[in-house]
Amino acid sequence: MPRPRMNYQEKSKDFKGSMLRLFKNLDRWRVSLVIGIVLALLAAVLATIAPNKLADVTDVISDGIKLDVSKLQDITEEIYKHNFQDFTYKGVLITADDQKKYVSIIKDMDSSMVTENLLAKLDSFPNSIKSLIEPKMNQKELKKRTILLGIIYLLNSLFGYFEGLIMAYVGIGYSKKLRKDISLKINRLPLRYFDSHETGDILSRVTNDVDTIGINLSNTITSFVANVTLFVGSVVMMFVTNWMMAITAILASIVGFFLSFLLLKRSQKYFVQRQKELGDLNGHIEEIYSGHNVVKTYNGEEEALKEFDMINDRLYQCNRKSQFLSGIMQPIMHFIGNFGYVSVCVVGALLVMNNRISFGVIVAFMIYVRLFTNPLSRIAQSMTTMQSIAASAERVFEFMDEEEMPKEKATKIIDRKTALGNIEFKHVQFGYDENKMIIKDFCASVKAGEKIAIVGPTGAGKTTMVNLLMKFYDIQAGDILIDGISIKDLSRENIHKLFVMVLQDTWLFDGTIRENLRFNHKKLNDDEIWELCKAVGIDHFIKTLPGGLDSSVSDNEAISLGQKQLLTIARGMVEDAPFLILDEATSNVDTRTEELVQKAMDKLTKGKTSFIIAHRLSTIKNADLILVMNEGNIVEQGTHEDLIKKKGFYEKLYNSQFQK
Amino acid sequence: MIKLFHNFEKKDYLFFLIVIFLVVFSVFLDLRTPEYMSEITKLVQTEDSTMKEILNAGSHMLVCAIGSLICTICVGFFTSLLAARFSRNTRRKIFYKVENFGLAEMKKFSTSSLITRTTNDVTQIEMLLAMGLQMLIKSPVMAVWALLKIVGKSGELSVVTGIGVVIIVVTNLIIIRIVSPRFAKIQTLTDKVNGVTRENITGIRVVHAFNAEKFEEKRFENVNDDISSTHLTVTKTFAVMDPIMNFVMHFQHLGIYIVGAYLIVHSGMLDKINTFSNMVVFSSYGIQVIMSFLMLTMIFMIWPRAKVSAERINAVLDEEASIISGLFEGDTKEKGTVEFKNVSFKYPDADEYLLKNISFKVNQGETIAFIGSTGSGKSTLINLVPRLYDVTDGEVFVDGVNVKEYSLKELNNRIGYIPQTAVMFTGSVFDNVTYGDNGRENPTLEKVKEAIKVAQAKSFVEKMDKGYDSHIARGGTNVSGGQKQRLSIARAIARDPEIYIFDDSFSALDYQTDAKLRSELKKHTKNATNMIVAQRIGTIMNADKIVVLDKGECVGMGTHQELLENCDVYKEIALSQLSEEELENA
Repeated sequence: MPRPRMNYQEKSKDFKGSMLRLFKNLDRWRVSLVIGIVLALLAAVLATIAPNKLADVTDVISDGIKLDVSKLQDITEEIYKHNFQDFTYKGVLITADDQKKYVSIIKDMDSSMVTENLLAKLDSFPNSIKSLIEPKMNQKELKKRTILLGIIYLLNSLFGYFEGLIMAYVGIGYSKKLRKDISLKINRLPLRYFDSHETGDILSRVTNDVDTIGINLSNTITSFVANVTLFVGSVVMMFVTNWMMAITAILASIVGFFLSFLLLKRSQKYFVQRQKELGDLNGHIEEIYSGHNVVKTYNGEEEALKEFDMINDRLYQCNRKSQFLSGIMQPIMHFIGNFGYVSVCVVGALLVMNNRISFGVIVAFMIYVRLFTNPLSRIAQSMTTMQSIAASAERVFEFMDEEEMPKEKATKIIDRKTALGNIEFKHVQFGYDENKMIIKDFCASVKAGEKIAIVGPTGAGKTTMVNLLMKFYDIQAGDILIDGISIKDLSRENIHKLFVMVLQDTWLFDGTIRENLRFNHKKLNDDEIWELCKAVGIDHFIKTLPGGLDSSVSDNEAISLGQKQLLTIARGMVEDAPFLILDEATSNVDTRTEELVQKAMDKLTKGKTSFIIAHRLSTIKNADLILVMNEGNIVEQGTHEDLIKKKGFYEKLYNSQFQK
Repeated sequence: MIKLFHNFEKKDYLFFLIVIFLVVFSVFLDLRTPEYMSEITKLVQTEDSTMKEILNAGSHMLVCAIGSLICTICVGFFTSLLAARFSRNTRRKIFYKVENFGLAEMKKFSTSSLITRTTNDVTQIEMLLAMGLQMLIKSPVMAVWALLKIVGKSGELSVVTGIGVVIIVVTNLIIIRIVSPRFAKIQTLTDKVNGVTRENITGIRVVHAFNAEKFEEKRFENVNDDISSTHLTVTKTFAVMDPIMNFVMHFQHLGIYIVGAYLIVHSGMLDKINTFSNMVVFSSYGIQVIMSFLMLTMIFMIWPRAKVSAERINAVLDEEASIISGLFEGDTKEKGTVEFKNVSFKYPDADEYLLKNISFKVNQGETIAFIGSTGSGKSTLINLVPRLYDVTDGEVFVDGVNVKEYSLKELNNRIGYIPQTAVMFTGSVFDNVTYGDNGRENPTLEKVKEAIKVAQAKSFVEKMDKGYDSHIARGGTNVSGGQKQRLSIARAIARDPEIYIFDDSFSALDYQTDAKLRSELKKHTKNATNMIVAQRIGTIMNADKIVVLDKGECVGMGTHQELLENCDVYKEIALSQLSEEELENA
């Protein structure tokens, strides 16, 4: 029974290549796959044999009701020979009374009688004669053949079950592997990838595409193999039996296939269109619902409804057509079967009359015609499924082929405990686009424990500095030295160990407060976690939550943005590293929490070389170095006093807070 | 579910009747086919039958087959029509309903849930209609009819057929019982896989910075294990299905033959022939009976899902929109005034008041600002003016008329509302700025350019590849947060309202742009009233009146200087942002 699922498909760009790669990828399951295929093959072969064997059983039974009229003739002759005296015929004693009775019945019979009456007369024969003329069913033969057929059926089902079972393991195992590969890949990709690709796109690869492959692949392979076997088998059997009948059967079906092929093509078009319209409608609905307040207050409802109706009507049209066209495939196939049946019978009868073939051939062909039409439609079905598998596989592989972060040639190691905390920028050049440098020849020297502020209007590229320091992106020219060692000689993992990073977007995962604070520090116990909470002043708040440390972080309206920020700071405090990158609290945080955050941050910066991305200029006036960024570039650098005196961009920025 | 189908229109019922009729007729024709088939078989097997007889029976069978084909195609036509019409109409109904919702209802359902209800849930039911309707009608008709054809013919053979049906139904029910709850589980697990992956991606910087790659991989592995093992159980259960179906069908066939053969051996000549033909009939109709029960169980599988969807849709359709438009449309004595009289507000099912007893009045051309910590209720307060929420107690007047008396359209024509998070629509910059309807003619390009200039968006708009005609992607993903906010302010300016409402609309802007924008705006709209919610002291310092909110109550009202002197909460907020010295310089 097929599970109901959306039935649309995408075209793959390189069907053969993707499928080949898919099979190569299946190597771990190769043995299972082969066993599964062999089982499917065997089941198919059994299915081809079974109808023949069933016909045999039918023959035995129908022989058991066939009346041999010539026997009546023989008996009548015998009776007249013995002249109504008891005699034994073929081991049965026939008494004179029986003979008389028989003759009186047979007198009333003639060949023009209705069969039923005739049979009723036969039933009234004396038992001795009845036992002679009654057709005998070959029960021994029947038993033999039924048992054989039973075994065939049983094996067919068993093979089918084991095939399904094995393929379930293959399909699910493979999709699990694919999912895992994607997840591993995510952490090996350079950040550049995520900055230029949509999250939703990656997600749809992890779920939709992998599901498409996992659910369909195993079924499709075996169904394809089985149906090809059935198809080839029946074609071969047909031609072996009689070529003229074979051609009749094939011709009769081909017309239908051509028809359904055209239909399939047509409906494909509507399915693709339907998917597009559905996407448009979803987009529109999402836009209008999430902009509800604007739509309402700007009297935009009418416009929204108008557009909605327009797309909805378009969707309605393709919905109707695609559903209709795909819905009539089944009845058409059904009809082809019937049509083939009738054609075979008619042509067969014609041939029989010309004495070209025997009846048995027709009976066999009636079965072959069914065996032949069913798999063809299933093969067509699996071809379309394979198309969507290939399309999905392509998308997954495309992701897997993305260039990973370059392998590092880390030659040196800086230990977190002994690190000093000096950093030096030497003629650093960087651009997201290689032809467009946004940081040109940046030089600065920062001593241990100093405070560097990065300021600038929104969208000025303040995160660029984070990207470079953390080696999320590689610099194009120049060098950054940590304690005199080039970051090129250090592994990313080593650098990350040296930095504590607290970002403005309060990233916490779906889990409890404890899990989030502990994060990847497995050994952290509850006491230490409370210690952290106390340090940032959030311990009291957590105690007021019904679940304490076990409270869930996501969807918890009780935890405000500011409190989340405090949690990320606490998480950052776990690592006692010499460097600190700090993104200041957002303006969305209310002022009281903000004070707490500020205090926590101050605590965090103590004794560390810190880089602070500042939104509020008053807090960074005492920084040792202020980097002023605008439109991606570092436009000015110096201390607060220097920059104010300079009367440049910073001065303007600073004074704008007090502007009337 | 049934309740949802009450939304059918007259035409739909007609289609429904046509479908029932056609299905019954096609079943009739379908059940004739085996009769002709056995007739042909018999004719072919009998030596003295003529070509004419075979052609005759063959053409009858073809006529039946063609008739059934045409019927089924028509059924397909009408069910797809029915399903598509139903989904279109239901979707439209939901959309219209949601358009009438206030923010309270939006919040109750959540936007994302409303989106799935309008799209996926409707699609689920559409699928049920398109695939299931025909089955739902066909299978009982087919089962009953096929049973009628064989019933009374042979008790023994009926028993064999019955056993087959019972086995099929029981195994299917067991399978559904195992599988259904796991389907639901797979849905949540898929969400989890998505969630964990999304978190890994959105937090990629944090993950790298903490060297937490292994941790994330482990987290993913856990959900991956969960979903895979659930998937495996489901698939394994399904693997039983096909073989069992085949097994039952085949052995039913064989069983009929064996029992038939036994009966033939032990009966008289007349009964022998009858039993044989019964045997043939049973074996072909028995399959039909099993098939129809199979179809029925399939519906049991789609049904629960569709039912959940139907319930979710009904919940939306049953929700009463709480905000009902008034009738007033006309001139008012006052212009540009907003007055709150003892206004209190709480969510319908909440215990706590979000706003308590707020009163103030602002006149034409004045600026009133609201400040307070998160959760102090300042956004809610400002949302009461355009009736995104309705007051629980007290009254709100715009231009001297209670907001509830205005037609919503008339009320909105007086207001230019800029939300906290800027909303962009797919279309050009021009389309976005001229969005909506203010009861007057649409703004000209000149006016749009002017609005964009005032909103400090001129420089970046003109830098875009097609200037004012540049395309804004869905959700405004091709413009930055600050740019979106400026465009959304330009939208309000182009509307030329009497009253501007800025719901914390400046926080996405840097100080410089913020200040410039406000001073330009002041020049541009001398007569307009401004209501501003803000976090930054700098944004509101110069307002004519500042309302300080704390936990829903008004704890201070006055100018910046006044409040600094007599309102502690205000002073605290101000000091947290600017140093004492800076405050004095300002």
